[in-house]
Amino acid sequence: MEIMTNDNWLLTVGTFLPLVGVLVMLFIPKAEEQLLKTVAVITAGATLAVGILTLFRFDYGQAEKLQFFVDVTWIEVIRSNYTIGLDGISLPLYFLSMVVTFLVIIYTWDNMPDAGNPKSFLILMLVLQVGMAGTFVAQDLILFFVFFEVVLLPMYFMIGVWGGEHRQYASLKFFLYTMFGSAFMLVAFLALFFQTGAESFSFMHLVSAGGLISNEVQVWIFAGMFLGFAVKVPMFPFHTWLPDAHTQAPTQGSVILAAILLKLGTYGFVRIAIPMLPEGARAWAPVIAILAVIGIIYGALGCLAQTDMKRLIAFSSVAHMGFVMLGISTLTTLGINAALFGMVAHGLITGMLFFVAGSVKHRYHTLEISRLSGMLKQMPRMGWILGFAAMASLGLPGLAGFWGEFPAILAAYSPGFGLNVTLFRTLMVIAAVGTVLAAAYLLWLYQRTAFGEPSPEFSGQTPHPVGAGVNADHHADHHDEIRDVTPIEWIAWTPFLVAIVVFGVYPQLMFGVMDPAVSELVARLGESLNP
Amino acid sequence: MGVNTIPSGWFLENAWLIALIPAIGFAAIIAFGKKLPMKGSEIGLASITASLVISVGAAVQWIQRTNFVDETTEGYVEPVIKTWTWWQSGGVEFGLGQHIDGLAVLLLLLVAFISLLVQIFSLEYLRGDRRYTHFFAALTLFSSGMLVMVLAENMVQIILGWELMGLCSFLLIGHWWEDGANSRAALKAFFTVRVGDVGLLVGTAIVFFGAHQWAVDNLDSHGFSVQAISAWALSGDASSSALLWGSVALFIAAIGKSGQFPLHTWLPDAMAGPTPVSSLLHSSTMVVAGVFLVARLYPLFWEGLSIGPGAINLIAIIGVITLIVAALLAFVQNDIKKVLAYSTVSQLGYMMLGLGTGAWLPAVFHIFTHAFFKCALFLCAGSVSHSGSHHSFDMKKDMGGLARKMPITAGTWIISTLALAGIFPLSGFFSKDEIIANVGYNGYNLFMWLAFLGAFMTAAYMARATYLTFFGTPRGAAAGEHHDEHHGDDAHGDDAHGDDAHGDDAHADAHAEHHGSHGPHESGPLILVPIVVLTFLASIAGFTNAVPFGENFEILKRYVEPRAEVVAIEDTRLTIAGGPGQSVGSLAPQAKYDDACGFAAPPEGTVCLFPAVSHAPFKWSKGFLALGIVGAGLVSSWLFSVALYTRRDRRLVGLTERFAPARWGYQFLWNKYYLDHLYEKVIVRAVAYPIAASAYWFNQKVLDRIVDTAGTSTRQAGEFVYRNIDQTLVDGAVNASGFVASETGHALQPVQSGKVNQYGALLFGAAAVAAIVLVIINV
Repeated sequence: MEIMTNDNWLLTVGTFLPLVGVLVMLFIPKAEEQLLKTVAVITAGATLAVGILTLFRFDYGQAEKLQFFVDVTWIEVIRSNYTIGLDGISLPLYFLSMVVTFLVIIYTWDNMPDAGNPKSFLILMLVLQVGMAGTFVAQDLILFFVFFEVVLLPMYFMIGVWGGEHRQYASLKFFLYTMFGSAFMLVAFLALFFQTGAESFSFMHLVSAGGLISNEVQVWIFAGMFLGFAVKVPMFPFHTWLPDAHTQAPTQGSVILAAILLKLGTYGFVRIAIPMLPEGARAWAPVIAILAVIGIIYGALGCLAQTDMKRLIAFSSVAHMGFVMLGISTLTTLGINAALFGMVAHGLITGMLFFVAGSVKHRYHTLEISRLSGMLKQMPRMGWILGFAAMASLGLPGLAGFWGEFPAILAAYSPGFGLNVTLFRTLMVIAAVGTVLAAAYLLWLYQRTAFGEPSPEFSGQTPHPVGAGVNADHHADHHDEIRDVTPIEWIAWTPFLVAIVVFGVYPQLMFGVMDPAVSELVARLGESLNP
Repeated sequence: MGVNTIPSGWFLENAWLIALIPAIGFAAIIAFGKKLPMKGSEIGLASITASLVISVGAAVQWIQRTNFVDETTEGYVEPVIKTWTWWQSGGVEFGLGQHIDGLAVLLLLLVAFISLLVQIFSLEYLRGDRRYTHFFAALTLFSSGMLVMVLAENMVQIILGWELMGLCSFLLIGHWWEDGANSRAALKAFFTVRVGDVGLLVGTAIVFFGAHQWAVDNLDSHGFSVQAISAWALSGDASSSALLWGSVALFIAAIGKSGQFPLHTWLPDAMAGPTPVSSLLHSSTMVVAGVFLVARLYPLFWEGLSIGPGAINLIAIIGVITLIVAALLAFVQNDIKKVLAYSTVSQLGYMMLGLGTGAWLPAVFHIFTHAFFKCALFLCAGSVSHSGSHHSFDMKKDMGGLARKMPITAGTWIISTLALAGIFPLSGFFSKDEIIANVGYNGYNLFMWLAFLGAFMTAAYMARATYLTFFGTPRGAAAGEHHDEHHGDDAHGDDAHGDDAHGDDAHADAHAEHHGSHGPHESGPLILVPIVVLTFLASIAGFTNAVPFGENFEILKRYVEPRAEVVAIEDTRLTIAGGPGQSVGSLAPQAKYDDACGFAAPPEGTVCLFPAVSHAPFKWSKGFLALGIVGAGLVSSWLFSVALYTRRDRRLVGLTERFAPARWGYQFLWNKYYLDHLYEKVIVRAVAYPIAASAYWFNQKVLDRIVDTAGTSTRQAGEFVYRNIDQTLVDGAVNASGFVASETGHALQPVQSGKVNQYGALLFGAAAVAAIVLVIINV
């Protein structure tokens, strides 16, 4: 893997800049809520600006190379270095994390969860951003592991403090389940380290040396990584933390969880497990594929059984990540490209759906599907956005979701490296049936919540005519008023909506960045697997 | 010959604009349509007009191009292909572009033209509708979707157009979504088509991987390209299983989209949408998409399903079943739009039958003529409901005798009905007879007789509908009665599913002030002009390929049907490398080649792009036979209708109650062969309720229980350790609890909430596991 050391300050600054904001905020009194929010927005904005600069400085002609590369000694005792770099695989996710954090913080401006205390909330969110960005730039296993785990704590507190009714249970389950996976992952990392001669934790070294480990050992080490990443993704049957965590998390938490956190797992597969352990990957690919397709169908059925809108969206993540994992398991360029695209698309689309769910909850104080009806009539814009996101989520071509789903299904027809063709083709057909179920649960949700007449229990709360003095006393009671999309929501959501359309209409924007890096990855796999 | 010698021209080169302009129009309507004086409809009209102009230009230039080829080489007329990079994978770039040939030009023209007329009709018909702007936005995008598909250069683009239409049909069928029946119909349409789309995805995958390597090696193209797939299918190198399964899977998609048996059930329900939608959906867009898919990738189906050797194949069988089954259903409908809906299904069956038996050109010809008369019929139905029956579509309750009140509507209806039935010299005569003649000519005799039977039934159910609507005694709203309060329930109360209550009563409110005060009358010019234009075209369109009058009248054959000529490979080479799309080069003169394309592999260095389909010569004997059958259908049904509905003949009235076999047959048809029961009450209900519920039960009670139990037992183990060991061996306890915790993983109890400092213990435990694993694997 070749490296480029141009502008090598960019990634470090982009990753750790939020900590500067955190430091400033620590000295601001809790009561100064506006000031705290302003600092947070500025920090996230500055981070995003660095991200945009990174986009401009990135050399797209050499997207397969690690760029902005830094490698300095860190913990010499265990031969772990501070090694960071960015290529076409990590760039979209790295940038996405910055965008999402920025927009979520903007959204928080108006929509602080009920528990209050924006100071801690925003600080946690900025710390979270450091962990997420760091995971995507890390090129050293220990560094990766540290960032991977840094993400856990802020999210644990976000759910546990600002979450819903059962937040204690959900947050602990999230935390410990992920820890459980991480433990195995760390074991696998150490095993890999020792098996490759205990020389270095750097990705580059491990990628070139990992393939030399004997097959059987690779399979074992892969198993450990599989557990760690599969819990994070989450794959069936390790997904049960997800509906609880998503449902209980505050809107901001759900959005970040869906948009970025789940991708840490799939990214781990693409970046670490598969290139470092090619034989392990080949042995595990059928298992991953089967679990992925079970996830697609099972997640969809779970969605159909839901009575709560947010929980339904959470379950849909299980199905969507199934498509991502199916793509990865084919070990082909087409499949992994689809998976990477699907990660970003799922982040945007499901993130958007969680935003809508949060705003619906804010207005109606319920997400019970049977109690919601006629949303299009009461808040037409919100209803349209929900419809748009639902259409994107079910994989309508022209919107981003399609480009994660369609090529993944396609790739399963012809998996790489001698994987069992019959098995994968069967799985392909089942996965394609999954798209029908996706249409079913999403449109059914839409039909029940958005179409029809507003349910009587809320129908008295339609927006008041402007300037109607009669309702003056009603205006004071803000919570009982069903308002359409607010300006802050528009600011936070528009980039999501635009990105879903732009990537859907012109997917080459992302494929062009990812494809060279993925092609190189698969080519390297080929060198190990078909010498 | 060089690139410049084949005339192409601006319109052919830029035909992609035809699809792009309405797409932009859609965005513009959504963005600022509401602020415009005509609420956005002007953008829709303008964009479709622009598309129509370019389509006309492209058609003229295509004719010039073909003429030029005819004067020089008499060979294959190279399509105008252009492509821009859309996405890439593994370094191969896939495009978005245009593939303009005769078929594309014909349909572009048709779609743009019909769309324009429908939009003009809608100006008046939906005036005052509460979502007028959205309606025009969706209608415009609908046309754009079909146009994208028609000029698609590759499979992914076909999927794009295909699904865009699915989306728009959802929006338009559910246009009056306040009413649950409408939103259910919208859902059903989208969902049923989506079931077929599984075939589209799978088929695309099969064909892509089948053709890709061949296309890269031979044509420097890729496995999505329509042209490459065609060439691959006819090359003789294609694996027969890929051809077979690819074509079967893609045909399943066509079954869903084109309302073929057994997935036709969504089409009649789709009548819940406003009438202009039904007319557009049923004439030139959406349902034709499936037929178009088969026509577009004809070499694939030709080889995959052995159409060439005259095998009985899936397409022909489904087509003939559909045409009979749907025609039977049309007899028991009371709703005028449903009669037309089943008629469409039946006519689509004819088209599929034609394609399945090698009658490619007659099938495409039938798409063309059918669009005119079916669109005209739907608009007539709309006109009747708008001005004659007070927004009801129930022929038995609210119509009858309208011919006197609405002479123009009645006249155009009758002409279009005769065109549909196939009366000489109206268009249906030529196109339908050509299908039937070719089916017989290609050796499918049984299917030919079934198609004749279908023609009889078509004439008969249309005669019944005509009689009920325009003749006999006026009833209900047609007689001036008003019952707008309850007709939505009343008119359809006897339907077992209650799924066809029209949203038009919602829309009736807007019109109550105009129409509430007086009885049936003729519609206004904005409604009548499109109908008259369409009827005129329905009358004469047959002469575009009037086989009985000799070659000079076979215009479609000359300009639309691709030539089954071998082509040197250099000529079909695509520039997929991106950049501004380049059109494809010239034709080298070919050495004469004896075997026909589609029957033998083309020689080395050449490809075939279309099979040598045969064309049945016209026989007047068969023509008269067809006319006789149609005439018999019209007359017998008319007499029957008069006897039953007006004279109330005692022998006929209540026959279905008195006579058991008649009752059973009627019940069977009335319940639509119980297919809806099977789909909705059995399959969908099973998946949506017990199956989904049991999956969720498994999730909560098994998987999650395991997780919780693991957590609980870890905690208990921890407590046990603490009580029994910590008391004596403090140091050991820390290690052990960490170790146990890491092994079982996750305690989930509130008791432990907040004890995040166990993190350290867990990590420590993990390291212990690491050591063990390392020992194991090093052994």
